[in-house]
Amino acid sequence: MKTSLRPDERGYYGSFGGAFIPEMMQANVAELQEKFEQIVATEEFKKEFDTLLKDYVGRPSPLYLATRLSEKYQTNVYLKREDLNHTGAHKINNSLGQIILAKKLGKKKIIAETGAGQHGVATATACALMGIECVVFMGELDVKRQAPNVGRMKMLGAEVVPVSSGSKTLKDATNEAMRYWIANPFDTHYIIGSVVGPHPYPDMVAKFQSVISEEIRKQLLEKTGSELPDTVIACVGGGSNATGAFYHFLEEESVELIAAEAAGKGLESGFTAAATFKGVSGILHGSKTLFMQTEDGQVVEPHSISAGLDYPGIGPALAHWFETGRVKYEAVTDEDAMKAGLELCKLEGIIPAVESSHALAVLEKIKFGKDQHVVVNLSGRGDKDLETYLSYL
Amino acid sequence: MTNRINQVLEQKENILSIYFTAGYPKLDDTVKVMEALEQNGADMLEVGVPFSDPIADGPTIQHSNTVALENGMSVKLLFEQLKDIRKSVSIPLIMMSSLNPILQFGVEQFCAKCKEIDVDGLIIPDLPVEEYISEYKEVMERYNLKNVILITPSSTDARIRLVDEHTDSFIYMVSSAATTGVNKNFSSDFDAFAQRLKAMKLKNPLITGFGIKDKESFDQVTRFSRGGIIGSAFVKAVAEGEDAAASTANFMKQFGRF
Repeated sequence: MKTSLRPDERGYYGSFGGAFIPEMMQANVAELQEKFEQIVATEEFKKEFDTLLKDYVGRPSPLYLATRLSEKYQTNVYLKREDLNHTGAHKINNSLGQIILAKKLGKKKIIAETGAGQHGVATATACALMGIECVVFMGELDVKRQAPNVGRMKMLGAEVVPVSSGSKTLKDATNEAMRYWIANPFDTHYIIGSVVGPHPYPDMVAKFQSVISEEIRKQLLEKTGSELPDTVIACVGGGSNATGAFYHFLEEESVELIAAEAAGKGLESGFTAAATFKGVSGILHGSKTLFMQTEDGQVVEPHSISAGLDYPGIGPALAHWFETGRVKYEAVTDEDAMKAGLELCKLEGIIPAVESSHALAVLEKIKFGKDQHVVVNLSGRGDKDLETYLSYL
Repeated sequence: MTNRINQVLEQKENILSIYFTAGYPKLDDTVKVMEALEQNGADMLEVGVPFSDPIADGPTIQHSNTVALENGMSVKLLFEQLKDIRKSVSIPLIMMSSLNPILQFGVEQFCAKCKEIDVDGLIIPDLPVEEYISEYKEVMERYNLKNVILITPSSTDARIRLVDEHTDSFIYMVSSAATTGVNKNFSSDFDAFAQRLKAMKLKNPLITGFGIKDKESFDQVTRFSRGGIIGSAFVKAVAEGEDAAASTANFMKQFGRF
C-alpha cells in the first residue's frame, strides 16, 4: 500500500495534486515551492513556531479519555482536544505556521478564505499578533450563519469581504481570494486554511497540522504504554484536521484511519458534501482531486449543516488515501452529526463544533472492540454553532 | 496543415481578437455573435466555454459564465451549435476553457471535436506550460490545435522562453497583474514588460489581453504588440439591448473597420 506522506516533486500524491494555476499566480506559488521547505527546516523557524504553539496556542492540547462516552460505546474513546486551542480550533496551528513563513518571505499583507470562520478567526488572530494587515473572504451565506466569528475577525482588525458569487460559501470565498492574489501578487501571502489548492499548499498545511498526530503518539504512550491507537477518526471538509490527526500514523498499517464526510441531508438527496461518495477526479482550486461535479465538469454546490465541511471536494492527499484504501470514509448526515454533538454535551460536558460532531457520529456506526483505543479528533468547539444546536433541541 | 491563426498573423497587423462567452446572453446567441463579430471587422474569435468556478476571470466574465450555465450551455451543446460554423465564419476560432470541462469531456474527444468543426486553437488558463508539454501537447498537435499560452509581467524569462519554444502561433501577453475586466490605464509597468519582451527577441508574436476595453486602449497595446484581445468590455456590451447581433455591431463600430 503506497500511502505517500509527501508529494513528489511536481506535487502529486499518486494521481492527485499538482499545481493547475493560471500564469498570473505562478510566481507566488513558485516562490513557496522553492522556499517553504528550506524555511520551515531552519532552527529559527522551528523555535518561533514551537514557542508560539506552546505559549500562545496552549499546546499540547490534552488527549482526554472520555469515560462516559467510552462506557456507552464499550471501548476506550479518547478525544484530542483541539477545541481547547486558542481561538477554538485546530486552524490556529496552520495560520501561525504560514504567517511566520510569510513574514520570512517579506510579505506585508495576508489574505485568507473561510467557511465556518474558524480559519478566518485563526488567521486574523495571527495577523493581529504579528501586526500584519489581514483580509478575509467569506461567502455571504456563511457571513450570516457564522455571525459570532465575523464579529471576532472584525474585533481582531481584519477586513471581512462577503462573497456573493456562486453558492456564497467556502468554494466561492476560495475563488475570490485567488482572484485577489492574482491582482496583488507582490506583497501578499495567501493563507489557505485546508489541505487544498496548488502544490505546495496541501503539503504545507499538512506539515503545520501534523503536530496533532505527533502529540497523540506521545500522549497515548504515556497513558497506555503504546504510541499507536487502533483507530483515529476525524471529520473531513477540505481535510486539514484529518490530515493532521492521521499524519504520523499513515505508515503504521495497524492503525485504522477513518474520515467522516458530511453527507448533508443524505447521499442521494442532492444536498450533500461527501466528495469521495459523490465526487469524481477533476481540477478545482489549483489541484487535481476528487470533487462533486456534473458530467460537464461544472462544480456541484455542496450542502452541509456545518459551514466548515461545506466544500465540494477534498484535498489531493486525502483523495489519494481514499483511492489506495489507506483511509476509510464514512458518510455522516446532518441529523447524525447533530445527535452525536448533543450527546457529547450531555455525556462529557463538551460542546463540539458541528464539524467535529461528524467525527463523533462515527462511534455509532462502527462496533469497536472492548479493549481498543479509539481517538476522535475534536477539531473545534461549538460556541459558534449554538443556534444550530438549539434548533435541534 | 494550414492553421488560420498563422495565416492571420502572416497577413495582418493590429489584430483585433474578441472574447465572448458561449451561450451568453441567451443560449442561442453563440453563432449570431460570432457572425456579427466577423461581419464587423474582428480578426479573430475566442469562444469561452463557461465554467462554474473560473479563477482568472473578473466579475463580468464570471457573471456571463454563470448566466450561460443557467441558460443550459454545455461543452456538448456548444459543439452542436458550432457544427456548421465554418459555413458562415471564416476567421480563426480559439476555444477558451478551464481545464476541468475539457478533462470531463475527454481530452482526445475534445480535440477531435474541435478539429471536426475547424477550431484553430485553445486557451486553457489553468494549464501550466509544463503540464501542457508533458501531458497535452502531443494530442493537441495531432489535431492541429495551437495552444495559446499566457505570460505575465511576473513570468520569469526562463518560463517565457519555455512558452516560446513550445508554441507556434502567438503568445498571450497579459497586460498587468489582474484578473480579466479590470479597467486601468496601461502604465509604465506594461511598457517595461513590453520592452523586456522586445529585448528577448521571441520567435512568436505577442497579442495583448486583459484591461483592453475600447479603441483607445487597443491602439495603445498595438504599439507594442501585434494585436489586442477584448473580453469583459465586449461581454458587457453584448448584453445591452434585445438583439445580440445588433449590440455586437454597435460595439464594433468604434473600430471603424467596415
